[in-house]
Amino acid sequence: MRESKIVSRKFGHKESHTLQVARKHGGYSAIDAAFALEATEIIDIIKVSGLRGKGGGGAPVGNKWALMPQDHDGPSYLAVNADESEPGTFKDRQIMAKDPHLLIEGIIITCYAIGAHDAYIYIRGEYYQFQQILQKAIDEAYAEGIIGEKVMGHDYRLDITIHRGAGAYICGEKSALLESMEGKRGHPRLKPQQKEPEWYFGNPTLVNNVETIATVPFIVKKGAKAYRLYGTDSSPGTLLFGLSGHVNRPGIYEAEFGVSMLEYIEQYGGGVKGGKRLKAVIPGGASTPVLTAQEASCVRLDYEDLRVMGSTLGTGGMIVMDEDTCMVSALKNLLEFYHHESCGQCTPCREGTGWVDGIVESLLKGEGTEEDVDRLLDVSQTMNGKTICVFAPAVSGVIDSFVTKFRGEFEAYLKGAR
Amino acid sequence: MSFVFTDENLKKIEALKERYPSPKALSLPCLWMAQHQESMVSMEAVEVIAELLDTPPMEIYRVATFYTMLNLEPVGKYHIQLCKTLSCALCGKAEVLKHLQERLDIVPGESSADGKFTLTQVECLGSCGTAPVMQVNDVYYEELTPEKIDEILETLR
Repeated sequence: MRESKIVSRKFGHKESHTLQVARKHGGYSAIDAAFALEATEIIDIIKVSGLRGKGGGGAPVGNKWALMPQDHDGPSYLAVNADESEPGTFKDRQIMAKDPHLLIEGIIITCYAIGAHDAYIYIRGEYYQFQQILQKAIDEAYAEGIIGEKVMGHDYRLDITIHRGAGAYICGEKSALLESMEGKRGHPRLKPQQKEPEWYFGNPTLVNNVETIATVPFIVKKGAKAYRLYGTDSSPGTLLFGLSGHVNRPGIYEAEFGVSMLEYIEQYGGGVKGGKRLKAVIPGGASTPVLTAQEASCVRLDYEDLRVMGSTLGTGGMIVMDEDTCMVSALKNLLEFYHHESCGQCTPCREGTGWVDGIVESLLKGEGTEEDVDRLLDVSQTMNGKTICVFAPAVSGVIDSFVTKFRGEFEAYLKGAR
Repeated sequence: MSFVFTDENLKKIEALKERYPSPKALSLPCLWMAQHQESMVSMEAVEVIAELLDTPPMEIYRVATFYTMLNLEPVGKYHIQLCKTLSCALCGKAEVLKHLQERLDIVPGESSADGKFTLTQVECLGSCGTAPVMQVNDVYYEELTPEKIDEILETLR
């Protein structure tokens, strides 16, 4: 695997979070290039680059930007999604802690492209330490005239405000995030039938993940082609993939899309801990269907290949499980998470997550019945496609993958074999 | 018992109002300030915030009860929140929890008799690469082991 550092380029430098070090290594050099272009030209570059949203959805970023009206009679907003809460995902915090000025640079360019003068960074409440590093960087940027009344001398006002969440996973869903930022419970909104921007207090708003925004300066400075030198045709560029669980060197390592999952785990993660055999990998955060070792050994890390494998790339945060892992306990752990985090708005999700959690609990206690394993699949079916947001369908995919691929382990609990 | 925001926080709230299209956006920032003042959110604080933001108290209460990190009950001086989600569970969370329980003589959901510690198990803290992890008030402690727990508890005494 060749080295592919676009977003993490400055991570290794000492004091990389400071303005001085950021500037020394090219920080904010994309700003003048951006302001020399028309806003719509920037959107075109992003479109051509093929940049896809890095928060988990993988939607084409340029198309999303193009939904923002350029002639809106009133304010437009940018909301940066830093509510990183998907189990197995810990990449955005690296950007905020190690190169916050790259994020600010990306915010400036994005706001200019969509005509926004106010940007908010919605950060999960637990990330207080990283929020403080980011706030310091924002203060530095204000003091140096990088943001504020005139962005680096250009006739463009931009204010950046950090909005702190308070421990609700669902606020990472873009419309729930905006509800939360409007001072309400984080309940996802019904989606329109046709594509349109998000809305913040009735004004058009773009919501993008931290890493997505942090990729923008490279593309604007080096060009769409330079970004496409990495990755595959349909999944261009790089991602801050992550490793956690049973690996020797867990962590975040940027790589281009399309590399082999197993090679990635071997090369960056140093293989499975303790020389054990691999049993399963959750490929991109807890909400992506689990892969068996066999599937993991032949899949490539891009959106298309994981789709073919019946899973999704998600956030690229891989959770590695060794041969001794009990898959029933692993599913129970995740179902507790979902049960706790369901926002409670839709009945199939609110009730379903508790129900499946209860079924797996009774299995683990040895109190399960013959029907329980199929009942899990049945409840999962009822949760899929019948709710406002994709939370319940994701849980459904997780249940189905665990139960169908490791059914023997679930049935073993019925026979008292464990 | 009554609640009043400090002058510093009142200034912050006024400054923040300039940053948002509506004062209603400030419910979470205000709730956080209240919690930082009193280590919990009291009903008195809810009413004060409602008045400041020109919103019915019920709306603020609805928000306060939705978000896990807002404490509606008093917690100890040190609120220990141990991550229980998959990556931490795979990497030795159980052993760390057992040690914490023995050292503090409490189980999750309880506070120590001297009111110093509250122990809670929480969902994913987004620190999966350095599991197991816990948060004490606003600070993360990563790659925990029983030995490391002993060292940390020493500094919190």
